[in-house]
Amino acid sequence: MIANQRSLILHAGLIVILFALQFLLPDYHHTNFTSIMVLATYAMGYNILVGYTGLLSLGHAMFFAAGLYGAGMGVYYLELHPVLAFILGSVAGLLLAIAIGLIALRTTGVAFMIVTLMFAQAAFLVTLYFNDITHGDEGLTLTQAARGFDLLGWHVDLTNPSQRYNLALALFLGALLLCLALVRSPVGRVLVAIRENEERTKMLGYDARRYKLLALSLSGLLSSAAGAAYVLFFGYVGSSFAAIPYSIYPLLWVLLGGVGTVVGPVIGTLLMFYLIEISRDHTSSYMIVVGVVLVLLVLWFPKGIAGTIRARWWGWIP
Amino acid sequence: MTFLTTQALTRSFGGIQAVTGVDLDLRQGEIRAIIGPNGAGKTTFVSMISGRVEPSSGAILFEGEDITALRPWDRVLRGIVYTFQITSVFRNLSCFDNVALSVQRSLSKGRAIWHRPDPIEVQAAVDSALSRVGLLTRSAELAGELSYGHQRLLEVAMGLALQPKLLILDEPTQGLSEQEIADFCRLVKEISAGATILLIEHNMDVVMELSHRITVMNNGALLAEGSPDEIMANLDVQRAYLGT
Amino acid sequence: MDLGPHLLLALLEGTVSAFVLAVTALGLSLVFGVMRIVNVAHGEFFMLGAVLAWWITSLVPEAPFWGFMLALIGAPLAVGAIAVVADALVLRRLNYQPEATIVATIGLLYILQQAVLTIYGPDARPVVAPIQFRVVFPWFGYSGYKLVAVGAASLLLLAAWYGVTRTKFGLIMRATQFDRETAQAFGIPVKRVYAAVFALGAMLAAAAGVLVVPLQQAHYLMGLDPLLLSFIVVIIGGLDSLKGTILAAFVIGISDGIISVFFSPTLAKIIATLVVALVLVFRPNGLFGGKAR
Repeated sequence: MIANQRSLILHAGLIVILFALQFLLPDYHHTNFTSIMVLATYAMGYNILVGYTGLLSLGHAMFFAAGLYGAGMGVYYLELHPVLAFILGSVAGLLLAIAIGLIALRTTGVAFMIVTLMFAQAAFLVTLYFNDITHGDEGLTLTQAARGFDLLGWHVDLTNPSQRYNLALALFLGALLLCLALVRSPVGRVLVAIRENEERTKMLGYDARRYKLLALSLSGLLSSAAGAAYVLFFGYVGSSFAAIPYSIYPLLWVLLGGVGTVVGPVIGTLLMFYLIEISRDHTSSYMIVVGVVLVLLVLWFPKGIAGTIRARWWGWIP
Repeated sequence: MTFLTTQALTRSFGGIQAVTGVDLDLRQGEIRAIIGPNGAGKTTFVSMISGRVEPSSGAILFEGEDITALRPWDRVLRGIVYTFQITSVFRNLSCFDNVALSVQRSLSKGRAIWHRPDPIEVQAAVDSALSRVGLLTRSAELAGELSYGHQRLLEVAMGLALQPKLLILDEPTQGLSEQEIADFCRLVKEISAGATILLIEHNMDVVMELSHRITVMNNGALLAEGSPDEIMANLDVQRAYLGT
Repeated sequence: MDLGPHLLLALLEGTVSAFVLAVTALGLSLVFGVMRIVNVAHGEFFMLGAVLAWWITSLVPEAPFWGFMLALIGAPLAVGAIAVVADALVLRRLNYQPEATIVATIGLLYILQQAVLTIYGPDARPVVAPIQFRVVFPWFGYSGYKLVAVGAASLLLLAAWYGVTRTKFGLIMRATQFDRETAQAFGIPVKRVYAAVFALGAMLAAAAGVLVVPLQQAHYLMGLDPLLLSFIVVIIGGLDSLKGTILAAFVIGISDGIISVFFSPTLAKIIATLVVALVLVFRPNGLFGGKAR
């Protein structure tokens, strides 16, 4: 099918460009792109929930932070192998998502937004409360030695920019493939149906709550995997990662890039990252950019970039 | 063993009884019409059968089993399928995807949530459902862009693709042209060869042409039941419903 | 100190925060009740009230009492004007669609907060209390201003209660809350009512900010705590009920005061946020009953 070929070219092209960029980018942007790929993975995770089931979460920082703390504390206290720590962090987020989902998915709409906000705020406060273990805002720093490991006869040093870049790319590729597979799967079709008309979907024989729980679990898993990778790549985790801004960022990235598109979250993350970086150079009030962009998007650009492209020109974008 | 039985089925909304103690027996293979004035509780009654509305009291037996406590999606899997009074297709999806949602459900019965049914089988089943209602050529069109009559037919195709044993049609001919109504009656007769049909309908010509038996409801209660001729002859019914 | 005086202190502290919280939460509750929107920027109106109070009082350093009185009137008026502008430029254009409005008010939160950071700077600045006297208990002295703040807050609450239940505007407001379309059909200018209610909610928050500023200094990040606490109060107190909101403000304010004195304030907040999330899920009629989509 033509649409499938185009979609393959688009997404494969994106990966090839990201791979090639590592040889072209100067150091500063090289590190930035490593961050962007990890954060875009977080955004894709967020998008699974909002884009494909229509549930807006205001509390995804708790899943991102579960990955950061799960992996970070695994390395810091248990001296885990980084690969194991990555798995530990990801699973922590998955379990948290399942637990939150069982409770929060009884609500929809505005109530769901507030419930997730409250749970995330409680999680943030927990990281402060257990200051002895988490060191609160000061956080935990992982040593270079703890971030190196051998795997299948290959020595990996997560402080090495090039290895870090390619591992971030691998994570991003995995997330992209997962999202593409989900969109084209029977589950993806049902999720879209739930977003469009939940009542009708139930009357077609689907237990909507199971599907929403699955979506939230996958969403939490990708978010925590991104968090786990982030702490291993950059060696630091602190309470600020669990605070409200880290729940607002993915919302912003996904809204800007295009809700319910596979490629949108990456575009949104890339643009917002640089927009914030550039304004940070000029003012300490750089967060005003977040506010302005949110208001503008809601008022005049609700479909975001990829969503508008899909609606106007390329209907085949998944 | 009766096919579907309701026993003293009752539903009240905040003190007002919408449906009061309705007993109904459906035989397998029949076409049953439920008629009655607006506000008689017809939609609430069939909604309790489909599971959209929980009964306040009473019981529902389907193929000899008590299904009163079953959730709506589980009833769909047992073969009780409801088509909405207000057309409720997925407007932003193609006709194919609308019907594929039903097909996928009936092909994945009892399987894991991520089970992927054979695409060829899905295609065949979707095509078959769409061709039964005459929409095969519009498979790729967005459901929201279909004419109103075609949307009603798509709604029926979605129901058919679920392989219903009991198909509940809630005012299916409302808003259709005369030609469309005639085609629709033919379709319902075809469907009834493989499924029992429960029909809420205001158009008396359609009721007379299709139904084997008629149930009349008024003020949430069962007023009369009988063959079309008996009902036409019943004075109570005429007073309540036909307004003479 | 023994347990008794300790408890008295906790109760006093709790009462002060409960009154201020009641005023703030009442603003949020009015806006949600009438307009059916959740205003995430509500805490920023509180912060603006405090910051403006600092600015106004700093204009008349020689007369702190009159400066403060001026702030108590001027700051809420200025904040109300900002709210009217925000309503006209943003919320009205969204037709108050609940989910889009939340996202927009998150944007508003950052715009207001960061604008204050740019203009006013990152420092916390004190405001001198308009009245200096101490109430002396056998065990400890207590700031007289705190008791004055309690009095002022209760006057505001009374005024709000009178406005909503006894005036024509209150009647119009309740009619709009009850049924927007019908109200419109009866010639009520719904748009203007919404703008007025949004401004009124913001002004209540700002007034609370002014009352608080002699106690905790003005700072651009001070809006978050009152926002979360107001959410908690409104959700637990239940919608459509000024009484519920005020009652909940007292329960939350006083128990927060007591738990904070005897245990850790962070633990108190963890418990409160979790309770609120569960109330919202299992007792949705508290706040979002039926209306949540």
